[in-house]
Amino acid sequence: MRPILMKGHERPLTFLRYNRDGDLLFSCAKDHTPTLWYADNGERLGTYRGHNGAVWCCDISRDSSRLITGSADQTVKLWDVKSGKPYFTFKFGSPARSVDFAVGDKLAVITSDPFMERTSAIHVKRIAEDPEDQVADSVLVLQSPEGRMRINRAVWGPLNQTIVSGGEDAVIRIWDAETGKLLKESNEEDGHKKPITSLSKSADDSHFITGSLDKTAKLWDMRTLTLIKTYTSNVPVNAVSISPLLDHVVIGGGQDASAVTTTDHRAGKFEAKFYDKILQEEIGGVKGHFGPINALAFNPDGRSFSSGGEDGYVRLHHFDSDYFNIRI
Amino acid sequence: MAIDSMQRSENFRWGDMEEEDDLDFLLPGKQVIGPDENGVKKVIEYKFNDEGKKVKFTTTIRVEKRTLNKRAVERRSWDTFGDAADEKGAIGLTMRSTEEIHLERVRPPGSKAEEAKPSEDKPGSVLMVCRLCLKKGDHWTARCPQKDLLSSMDNPSTAETSTPTGPINDAYVPPGKRSGAERMRRNDENSVRVNNLSEDTREPDLRELFEPFGAVTRAYVAIDKTTNMSRGFGFVNFVSREDAQRAINKLDGYGYDNLILRVEWAPTRTS
Repeated sequence: MRPILMKGHERPLTFLRYNRDGDLLFSCAKDHTPTLWYADNGERLGTYRGHNGAVWCCDISRDSSRLITGSADQTVKLWDVKSGKPYFTFKFGSPARSVDFAVGDKLAVITSDPFMERTSAIHVKRIAEDPEDQVADSVLVLQSPEGRMRINRAVWGPLNQTIVSGGEDAVIRIWDAETGKLLKESNEEDGHKKPITSLSKSADDSHFITGSLDKTAKLWDMRTLTLIKTYTSNVPVNAVSISPLLDHVVIGGGQDASAVTTTDHRAGKFEAKFYDKILQEEIGGVKGHFGPINALAFNPDGRSFSSGGEDGYVRLHHFDSDYFNIRI
Repeated sequence: MAIDSMQRSENFRWGDMEEEDDLDFLLPGKQVIGPDENGVKKVIEYKFNDEGKKVKFTTTIRVEKRTLNKRAVERRSWDTFGDAADEKGAIGLTMRSTEEIHLERVRPPGSKAEEAKPSEDKPGSVLMVCRLCLKKGDHWTARCPQKDLLSSMDNPSTAETSTPTGPINDAYVPPGKRSGAERMRRNDENSVRVNNLSEDTREPDLRELFEPFGAVTRAYVAIDKTTNMSRGFGFVNFVSREDAQRAINKLDGYGYDNLILRVEWAPTRTS
């Protein structure tokens, strides 16, 4: 395959997200402007100007009309996707690390980093149907037991009943989305040994995958939090994604960005690795980035995927036909 | 229009023609073939070129049907916004890679995983010490997960000093110095050198070429390490000398792939 290279960002990529129909791709980077691309040819459709810090995460409503972005400028913004104009800003006292729309797009979960005397927290906000009615109040605030540790990702569980979070203390937690009670915690034996960097759900919300700096990615049951599979890599994992079409998972990462210049370029291993979801066996790797991979996303049709790297490039790969006939 | 051209062609006389006259009515009509089951459609048209010669244009079109989301189609026509609204800024942002990137398989497809399982129930796993990360009983040096990182940082002097501490049978011995190397020496006898091979010739081709003369034990084509191209010569070993001689007699001067082969006895290797 000949990937499409998109160089719209001047700084490392942080997050990639496709819309539900798979025709739009949103990219977030440490420069301040999230960017919208056509997912088939990689042409830039627009940028969202307004943030004043690195943008860590974004999510898109199911009808592709609204975008939510979380940024290190201590705000979360709601945008009109088509015009590129922000219509509401949530203010936090600390950087917002992750955002996720609930099923139905009526709620959003936002995580904020520990900062100064603040501890990390998970906020649930109501998203109004009409932009005019939007209010800043939180429906629920979960003060994390992780305290001074960052929560890197929080997503909604099935039917919006739970919130699943993972962060620097390497523990995955499932919270009750109504009461805010802690329901489940990953135990020390199964869980990750080092900070969790990424968390991604399967297409049907039945399971999810976490990637960690301990060089593994783990597949978990979304309801029971039982460990299903473990995929072992040889580099820290920064990004994970589950194929919606085949039984594949793709994990990306690489040597820590600060160590890249100190070693031979081959030591970096900046490739997106494909694993068989069930056999836990590595299928192969897709090379190309010259920095660690920070973000991965599968197109909802499973026929293409994109990766974003520390090098500032988004690489959009449309699979060749032989990918679909891969046998282990 | 059609009637008009018909009438004109009936009472058409070359003498009446004017220079700029439109001659299109003289041409056979447009012909459309297909689309066939592969969606390939052919359109054949005839036109006059600048010199007034009749030219046949065959256009092959592949017709593809795609189902598109209605809203996705609508989004296609959206105006660009933000930084993208400025057309000039978009130049060079999106490029197609000039390099073909493959999903690089860990193992060639079809082969089974037969990696040695990590040590658990091996006897002697205590002896298993990784010289790179100094972990005991987990893996051998060759399988160290931090191999690339650590070995490239290590300077050679430390690597050398640490070597003798390892078990003796761990040290690398070149194949030629191993016991029994004499036996393993490749049978150089009945070796035939083939010169002036074309660049496309590979070992299987060579084998195919020489097999009719007798059993071939080895066919080898010299490949340039850097360019990965054939260097234009190779060696073939036969089981019997007679076969080799027959092959030389027959194939020396034989035209193969537009080149004239030169086949001779390989010079014996001086040890």
